This record gives sequence, structure tokens and C-alpha cells, in this order.
Amino acid sequence: MDKSKRKFIGLAAVAGVGAVVPKVAFPHEEFSGYPDGYGVLHDTNLCIGCRSCEAACNEVNGLPAPDQPFDDMSVLEKKRRTNHKTYTVVNEYKTSESPELPVFRKIQCNHCLEPACASACFVGAFTKTPEGAVVYNPSVCVGCRYCIIACPFNIPAYEYNEPLTPRVIKCTLCQPRVKEGKLPGCVEACPQEALIYGKRDNLIKIARERIRKYPDRYVDHIYGEHEVGGTSWLYLSGVPFDEIGLRTDLGNTPAPELTCGALAMVPIIVSLWPALLGGIYLTTKRKEKIAHHEKTTAVNDAIAKTQAEAAAKAKVAVEKAKKDKEFAIAREVKKALAEAAKQSGEEKK
Amino acid sequence: MTNPISPVKRPLLCPFNVITGIIILIGLPLTFMRFTGGLGAVANINDTNPWGIWIGFDLLTGVALAAGGYVTGAAVEIFGMKKYHAALRPALLTGFLGYSMVVFALLFDVGRPWRLPYMFIFPGTTSVMFEVGACVMVYLTVLFLEFCPVALEWLGLSKLRKPLIRIAIPLTILGVMLSTLHQSSLGAMFLIAPSKLHPLWYSSYIPVFFFVSSIAAGLSMVIFESSLSHRNFGDMMDETHQASRDTVTLGFGKAASIVLAGYFGIKVVGVAYGNHWNLLLTHYGLWFQLEMLGFVLLPCFLYAIGVRDKNVKLIRITALITVLGIALNRLNITLIAFNWHLPADERYFPHWMEIGITVFVVTVGLVIFRFIVTHMPIFFEHPDYKGSH
Repeated sequence: MDKSKRKFIGLAAVAGVGAVVPKVAFPHEEFSGYPDGYGVLHDTNLCIGCRSCEAACNEVNGLPAPDQPFDDMSVLEKKRRTNHKTYTVVNEYKTSESPELPVFRKIQCNHCLEPACASACFVGAFTKTPEGAVVYNPSVCVGCRYCIIACPFNIPAYEYNEPLTPRVIKCTLCQPRVKEGKLPGCVEACPQEALIYGKRDNLIKIARERIRKYPDRYVDHIYGEHEVGGTSWLYLSGVPFDEIGLRTDLGNTPAPELTCGALAMVPIIVSLWPALLGGIYLTTKRKEKIAHHEKTTAVNDAIAKTQAEAAAKAKVAVEKAKKDKEFAIAREVKKALAEAAKQSGEEKK
Repeated sequence: MTNPISPVKRPLLCPFNVITGIIILIGLPLTFMRFTGGLGAVANINDTNPWGIWIGFDLLTGVALAAGGYVTGAAVEIFGMKKYHAALRPALLTGFLGYSMVVFALLFDVGRPWRLPYMFIFPGTTSVMFEVGACVMVYLTVLFLEFCPVALEWLGLSKLRKPLIRIAIPLTILGVMLSTLHQSSLGAMFLIAPSKLHPLWYSSYIPVFFFVSSIAAGLSMVIFESSLSHRNFGDMMDETHQASRDTVTLGFGKAASIVLAGYFGIKVVGVAYGNHWNLLLTHYGLWFQLEMLGFVLLPCFLYAIGVRDKNVKLIRITALITVLGIALNRLNITLIAFNWHLPADERYFPHWMEIGITVFVVTVGLVIFRFIVTHMPIFFEHPDYKGSH
């Protein structure tokens, strides 16, 4: 890689990650998350769909009471998503391999290493904390909902029925509890240890180990290790990930990289356009001036020429008239002489 | 000091005033509902489809169709095409009112509109939305300053008007720069969602597509708007304006034909770059082809034929087709081809009250437009300032 290209990528990284990662003195060519960030490993092979995590989440976060109680398992019959009352939901998936034995997956914010929501927010309401959580600050949020458009996992919800103080609603990875040294509510409540909280690096090691030990039980992939640049929430599965509602076509490009090229054009246009358009304006003006000058010169020349021609013509005409007059006089004189001669001849007779 | 025009008397109870009055009377309670019950009380937007027609039509289509201001400004002031001078003021007015209505509509759409200035206090510079917001706000100011001389001539404040006329060129350049930025950024906003926008519409070139198509939109809107104005406000036009009517239509039609040809070219490049030829015969592919062939290539040819045959009527119809095509494109990107992978019951369809508010916003714009052109020197030169701009 040549130096200028590397420099460009460095600048792009600053442009893209700058707001997400404060104080990046020497931008890396590639940002791969805070080194000591925490996350959660969700092993869907262990999940029994008991909804304990949902109940715990609701309780520790003081969320509104659910429409149906948490021990009502009939809600699993329908595909659900996070909404303004819930940070997390568990869905049931019928898979191709074992239709009679469903797989459960917990859905919540994946706490991306380079979050699309944070990159998209025009007032910087989202922050990726060094601990791992992507947190939302409702005190600056304008409510444009671009974060919801940007999120590849369709996670953030909005208080659409709140007239004056609507907020974006999403999982906080229990940031306040983590700061107190506690586990996230859902992790603490899980009776199956289908959720493990820990340093993301360690979680990846644990996940790899499980895949290595039980290759017939797991798909050889840790979902979230690289997807959209990596997420703090990681998944293991025994069935293809797209069968448990996790899109496998998202790619590994972090969201900020998708827009940094377009944003990099802004300063170029700001600095180049005035010069370019000013230049065009001045060229046009000069052209007009030259055209005007040429026009006046041409008109003056034409006038002078016509005047000269007219003068010449007039002179010729005057001379001709003079000649005609002289000729007429001469003819009259001649005529008169002839007449006189004739008369005198007649008199002689 | 003779008045160059002889306006007809416009009665207060004319059909225009009655119809717009009814729409505004319906719009007011809808507005009340929006700000007492929240977005969900009037709009079908939800967690999966956070943006509806207020963004797809009012913002994206609105901004594209208000491009006539910068396009005409660039043609007349920067490229020196003085023969289109009569089109400048109507175009600037349409631009100014268009952007005002865009911002007005945004006040309905964003959750806490009174916080919009926060973008300058807590700027999220990594966001394309920040660029759009900042540019639209600054550009609205530029359009206001460009429009000011009209109001000042009307009010007879020639001392205030003079410095504004003097900075017309820098303002035009600033306007073109800001328009280049935000017209393209409106497209760039979707760069962050490759997994949600259909691949035929998603492209890393989408900012360029938006910018180029905004030029075609601006040119077509000037033609379309001028044909409507001639029908409705012919009495407000002086001889110069009347005489340059066909010149503007033919000239702008020619330019629009060329721009549409270029736009079609880069859109083909977009499909080729993504190698999405195989998608062209899917349902979405056919819809894409309808947009590209019916609303880009067809008007491109019709404009060319209209210009060749000096068929002003055909050019005007083509302008309408182009305007509809731009609206279709913006709606495809925000709503129709967005979340295309989701099942039908998770897709968005506007609520009638959402459409009602959009109609209300457009109507307010039309009423202000009508007031201004029937009172201020838009279609005629003010006798006191003849030839002074």
C-alpha cells in the first residue's frame, strides 16, 4: 500500500470513527473495537425460550408492563421485534433440519463496534462506550429517526405516541448496572447459561472452543465477530444463521465506511466550487465584454464606411450634375447660336 | 413610471381560495392531532418503517423539485444566459417557497422539531444527515436573501435592496455549492443502508444520481411552473416576460433532454457497476425499468423532439412526465424499494391523515406563492428598477 493511500484511509477512519471513538491520536488503518470491550455470547443451542431474560430486562430497566405476561408462551407463535416497551424479545424459529424442535433466539441491540446509529446521528446522541455498550442520550435527540433507517439489525424503536418527549428506545447493555459491577439483567436471569457476559476477546475464544469441541452441533461461524465490522453481542447456532432471523448478507463493512467517501467530497466541493463557478462567471463576463467591444467597433466601422461611401457617392453625383449642367449650357448656347445663324440666313434671303 | 401590467381583479371568494381554504381548515386539526397525540396519531410510520411520505415526498421530492432556483441562477448569473433572465425570479421564488415548505413539513416529521438547531450546538459531523440539515438551513437563508430584493422593491425600500443586488453573484455561487452538497447528500443518506434498499436503486453513485437528477427536476419544474403561471397569472406578466416564454421553454427543454440523457447513462453505469443485470426481470427490476425507460429515457426523447419541432406544448407535457419521474424515483428509494425484502404486512402504506398533512403543506405553499406573484414584481420588472438587475 503506498503512503498516500494509507494516509487517505487514515483520514477516512478519522472522518468515520471520529465521533464514535474520542481522542484517537493516531488513527489506525483499521479500527477493530475497544481492546477491552465487553459483550455477550448468546448460544442459541442452549436457549429454551423461557423468556426469563425478557422479564428481567423489563424489571431492571423499569420498562412499562407488557401487553401479555412474561410466562405466556403463546407470544412465541408470532414473529416479534423490539419496540417502545421492550429492549429485547425472544423469537421461536422452525428450522429445516429439525422442524419439530424449534430454535430460540434472543433479539436486542447488538452493540456494534462501529455503530451505524452513532455514525448516522446528526447530533451525536449515540456513544460507543469503552465498556462495550452503545448508549443513547435522549437529551439531545431531535427525533429524525435516521438511526432506525441506518441500523442493519432493525433494533431501535421510537415512541411514536409520545407528543412532546419521544425517545429512541433500545437496549443499553445494562450500562448503569455494569458500572455498579453487576451483570446485565438478561444474563443474570438466564437459567441455561445461554448468555455469557465477558470480555469480547474471551467470548470469541469460548465460542471457538465450543465449535472445535462439538463440530456437529455448531455451524462453524461466530455471528457478530465480523458482521458489519463486528458486534459486541455474539451468536452461536446449530442451524444456518439466516434460519434464525440473522441476516447473512450484511457484509463486514462497518457503517461509517459506507458514507465516509461521500462525506469526504464535502470539503472538496466547498473549496473547489467557488473557484470553478467564479472562474466560469469571470470567463462569461470577459466573453461578454469582448463581444460588446467587438460589436461597438464593428458598428463604428460600419458607420464610418457607410459615411465614406455616401460622401464619395455624393461627390460623384455633384460632379456629374456639374458636368450635366455645363453640357446643358453648352448645348443651349449651341442651340442658340444655331438659331441665330438660321435667323440671320433667313434675313439675308 | 407607467405600470407595465394590468392585473385583473381577483375576488376573495374565487374557487382557488375556497378550495385552499377548505384544505387548510382540514389541515389545522390534523396538525393539532400530530402535536398532541404524537407521530403515531396521524402517521402509519412504525419501528420498521420510520420514514413515510413526509420524508419521501415532502423532503426528498420537495428538495429535488425546488432545484429550479439554483439551476436557473447558475444559467443566468454564472453562465451568462441572459435570455432566460425572465425565468430567474419565478424560479428563485419557487425555490425559496419549496425549501420553506420542506422545512415546514420537517416540523411535522421530526419528533422534537424545536430541537432542530441542536445540530449546530452538538454537530454530528459523521452523519450525512448533518450535512443535509446544515446545507438546507444555510441554503434557505441564501434563497431568502436572493428573494429579498423582490419584497423590498414591493415595499419601496430601495436603500436596503441595493447591497443585496450587489452580492447577487456570490449568493448564486454559494447557492449552487450548497445545492450540489445537499442534493447529493439526500441520496448519500441511503448509503448507510445497503441491506435495506433494493440493489437496483442502491449504488455507491447514489449521491451523483441525486445531484444530476435534481438538475433535470429543476429545469422541468421551471418549464412546468411557467406554463401554469402563464395560464393563471398571465395578467401579471410584462411584455418582456411574455416574449421570453417560449425561449425559456425551448432552451430549458433542450438542456433537460441533455441532462436526462446523461442521467440515463450514469444509471446504466450504476447497474453495470453492481452487475445487477440479472435483477432486471424480477418484479422490482420491471418497476425499475418502468422508472428508467418511462420516466427518464422517454422524456429525454420527447424533450428532444419537442425542441426540434419547436413544439412548446409537447415540451410542457414532457416537463410534467419528468417531474412525476423524479417523484417516483425519490419515493422508490425512500419507500417502495426500501425494506423491499420484508413481507407485505411489515411494509409501509401512508395513512390518509399523513397524506392530508402533505396536501396541507403544499397548499400553504401555493397560497403564499399566489399572494406573492399577485403582489410583488415576479413576472414583471418593477417600473422603478427597470433593467437594474
